[in-house]
Amino acid sequence: MNGAARGAPEKRIVTRMADRLYPTATFIGAIVLWQLVVIVTGIHAIVLPAPTAVIESMTSAFGTLAHNALPTVLAIVVGFVGAVAVGVPLAILIAASPTFEKSFYPLLLGSQGVPKVAMAPILIVWFGFGFLPKILIAMLIAFFPIVIDTVAGLRSIDPNYIHLARSMGASRSKIYWRLLLPNALPHMFAGFKVAMALAIVGAIVGEMVGANNGLGYVLVVANGNLDMALVFATLVWLVVISLLLTGAIEVTERILLPWSRKSRNEGLARTIR
Amino acid sequence: MIEISNVNKSFPTKDGTVVALDNVELDIGKGDFVSIVGPSGCGKSTLMMCVAGLAQPSAGRITIENQQVTGPVTDVGIVFQDALLLDWRNVLDNVLFQIEMRGLPKADYRDRALALLKRVGLASFENKYPWELSGGMRQRVALCRALVHDPPLLLMDEPFGALDTLTRDQMNIDLLNLCEGGNKTVLFITHSISEAIFLSDRVIVMSQRPGRVVEDIRISFDEERKLDIRSIPRFVEYEKRIYHTFRKLGVLSG
Repeated sequence: MNGAARGAPEKRIVTRMADRLYPTATFIGAIVLWQLVVIVTGIHAIVLPAPTAVIESMTSAFGTLAHNALPTVLAIVVGFVGAVAVGVPLAILIAASPTFEKSFYPLLLGSQGVPKVAMAPILIVWFGFGFLPKILIAMLIAFFPIVIDTVAGLRSIDPNYIHLARSMGASRSKIYWRLLLPNALPHMFAGFKVAMALAIVGAIVGEMVGANNGLGYVLVVANGNLDMALVFATLVWLVVISLLLTGAIEVTERILLPWSRKSRNEGLARTIR
Repeated sequence: MIEISNVNKSFPTKDGTVVALDNVELDIGKGDFVSIVGPSGCGKSTLMMCVAGLAQPSAGRITIENQQVTGPVTDVGIVFQDALLLDWRNVLDNVLFQIEMRGLPKADYRDRALALLKRVGLASFENKYPWELSGGMRQRVALCRALVHDPPLLLMDEPFGALDTLTRDQMNIDLLNLCEGGNKTVLFITHSISEAIFLSDRVIVMSQRPGRVVEDIRISFDEERKLDIRSIPRFVEYEKRIYHTFRKLGVLSG
């Protein structure tokens, strides 16, 4: 249908590769510059280690980093899944029941004034050092965007869809499962992406404040030992983990909702034309 | 089949009460194709929503087959101006959405759905998704969805209002074909005078707000209804009569 407008596939692949080339070149340029700055100024490794020192630390401390990455990833994933498990049903209740909405939604919105990271010490007092508090912090931070976006998604439907379904004699639960929820999924995935990024922050903060393993813990210990190369090496691991986990959500969305992106693009193309 | 008696509808707004429908009286016989024309905001869509049981009149009553309408009418097919297709379902599953919502066995209606799609020129499109269709094609799918369970009553609220003229002409012909001999009662809301005359057995003219029925015109032609019919003297006479009414109401000047 739109073959002509989209151009030949080979050309698209070339363009896409060129698009990736630019940020890659910038990134490599920045690393080289960093190395040069360290060499030329002779800045001390306690302040800024050279990229080569970071790479060296990554290889020498590979075992420690890999060993500590596992609990961190686990805390992020469990925190995220917990946030979805609590956030989505809560959003459905808010969207379905005006009484529930009036009683809880304003409080929920107000509660966002509490800086959740600052709750970390309290959670540690309540639940001790270990796995549970960092999961709870990840969950606490991640669940809010899930609720907000799911509620927005459930409400984003043209009321005539509901009129149509009611004229078909559909029950309330059918309207929810076959119409409102599928329609809300693109919004929900937008929330999931933000939530995953926040769950990562939550888990790391939890580990920095009170844990005896995990990359956040490694970060604190390395910092205490003035081992800046290890701090940077840990950061590299965290960046990679973060990219993989948020990428996983993106991939899941593409597999589950192939229609979402395409309908949106078509809609956009129509408005531009 | 449908009796609308003394129906009033008013909405509270912050600037006071707005009267959308003012003592509407209308009887629609079984198998009639009735169009309602009127200026924007005259309450014609509100009237349709009341007939569908999706809105309640403030006063008066509506009965369908002697049953007073108190909640959503389900023995009906509805088409709105927007096709309202589900992006996550292909064409066939969009048509069968009607069957699924009713809890009917989908397998029994598959052939009928495919036959309907074929009649509106969408054979072999059953596996396409809404984003792959043009506006006219989407509305054809919506039309098939409204007819797949073979309802006795079809309610249409400016269904072709967003389509270009050529597509609209084709949709008018398709609609007549689909309704032919099927004994369907159709209530068709439009602001196109020629579309109303072309399709209908009766055209109801409504005034601007508060909406009242000001004219009720029976339409009949000796000729078969093809697009050419729009230039024969009789058709033009009907058009003149309705334009005259709108001028008298002050909806049109000149």
